[in-house]
Amino acid sequence: MRKFADSLLNGGIFDGMPIELGYVLVVAFFAFVLLNFIMLVAGVTSWLERRVWGRIQSRIGPNRVGPQGTIQWLADGLKNIMKEDIIPEEADAPLFKIAPYLAMMGFFATFAVIPFGDGLVVADLDVGLLYITAVTALVVVGVLMAGWASNNKWALLGGIRSAAQIISYEIPAGLGVITVVLFTGSLSMQSIIRAQGWEPWNWFMFDNPFLFVAFFLFFVSALAEGNRTPFDLPEAESELVAGAFTEYSGLRNLLFFLVEWGNLYVIGALCATMFLGGWQIPPVTENPFLLGLLQFITFFAKSYFIVFVAMWIRGTLPRVRVDQLMTLCWKYLTPIAFVNLLGAMIWFIVFPHGFLPMRIAMVLIGGGIFLYFLSRVMFHLRRAKPEMHLSPLA
Amino acid sequence: MVYAALFYLIAGLTVGCALGVALSRNVVYSAFALMGTLLGTAGMYAFLAADFLAVVQILVYVGGILVLTLFAIMLTHQIADVEVSNRSVGRLPAMLIVGVVGVGMFTAMFRAPWKMVEPGEPLPTTYGIGESFLGPYLLPFELASIVLLTALVGAIVLSRKEIRD
Repeated sequence: MRKFADSLLNGGIFDGMPIELGYVLVVAFFAFVLLNFIMLVAGVTSWLERRVWGRIQSRIGPNRVGPQGTIQWLADGLKNIMKEDIIPEEADAPLFKIAPYLAMMGFFATFAVIPFGDGLVVADLDVGLLYITAVTALVVVGVLMAGWASNNKWALLGGIRSAAQIISYEIPAGLGVITVVLFTGSLSMQSIIRAQGWEPWNWFMFDNPFLFVAFFLFFVSALAEGNRTPFDLPEAESELVAGAFTEYSGLRNLLFFLVEWGNLYVIGALCATMFLGGWQIPPVTENPFLLGLLQFITFFAKSYFIVFVAMWIRGTLPRVRVDQLMTLCWKYLTPIAFVNLLGAMIWFIVFPHGFLPMRIAMVLIGGGIFLYFLSRVMFHLRRAKPEMHLSPLA
Repeated sequence: MVYAALFYLIAGLTVGCALGVALSRNVVYSAFALMGTLLGTAGMYAFLAADFLAVVQILVYVGGILVLTLFAIMLTHQIADVEVSNRSVGRLPAMLIVGVVGVGMFTAMFRAPWKMVEPGEPLPTTYGIGESFLGPYLLPFELASIVLLTALVGAIVLSRKEIRD
């Protein structure tokens, strides 16, 4: 985007403007576009999630507002904006008010480095992956602030649980990320995608057994960091009312949910970038516009597949207990991640340029697991004999 | 011009938040003001084209240390209104120490031979830092790891309960 800004400023329509002011305006413009894009993504994800759960729980889900309920999220957003903004009398008003924006800021900042296509990225930072890990920390501070400022013991417990969980799971997630960085030698999101290819056996996920394990480590840890079921202890309704968000209403509550659903997309985008080949497509066209569009669609489809899997998991698995959560992180995921990283290093020394037979074997193994899983799902769907009509658009 | 304005904005934020840390009566407010200071420092690093340092500053200080500090504060009973029993004793010596240290810092600031670099295209810093860590500075790096490990072990020894049977 730097090049695009330069081309606009030198000889483009904004020629003659002070260059610094020009950059600031360009950055503001991209921020505006991205913000709107995020609202759309988070809104549509919320609708999709409710429909998917509906299917999983043998009910219909929202299907009244618009065709198939597709603009339900718009109605929900409007309703929340019009609601009264209640601040509890005993709450710490300034902190209570800032907290949702802080969380929103931390989540919004990640979108600056997400590569939607070749060149279709706001800032291809040299430290992109590290940057995402870092700014996500602001979400933690926001949730902690919300929990404390609410002056409510459930909220405080929820906030602290959330922070503990995110800090713990950052270690296996980070080790999963490092495994990928080891094979690319770069932290930039675009170079990581460029190091892969459009064919599945050129994706990092199937590059070798260690990256295959790293994908699952990262995915599980990312689910926990995003407070998704089965790790959604910070807002366990049966224990903590609604966790850190208990006292929030209206728009501020909506912002927290926006962060949650938006984060789901960030998880999908990260998985797609690091393990599933990102926007890489076969060379089908020369037209730059069409190429960009196809890359965008590819990237979006890959990330939404991961998002769908996360929804599926949320609809299927029960919530874990606090001690189980910590046991899983510290006694299983972290040691496995360290051993896995060591293995990946050895693999890198033995095969510095990859090993094609292993890649193809990994694709076959992965595909086999997926097909077996699919056949189980189909078997259960056939045997379920549900009362309801099983068409997805009923 | 615009960059200078941005710089002074971030510098002001850093210093203002630092004052908030020092002057706030409420420990929780101090902790949250500390976040502003740390983020401002990261902004300074970004101005100096030290991208890796800026990101690590946020990752380690905001994401790790600040959150742990908040943790400790929030889990402590009634931390919001601490009763300081001897407010008057520490004031004069504190001012003396602050004065001496301040004079020292200002002298150092004005006397130091600052290396001026012409602003240009920022270069990637990650490779250089990695090479230095595993090359000329390997021993200090490993020593720092040992210090951290010792601190970890010490914390566990201090906090764990003796199990007797």
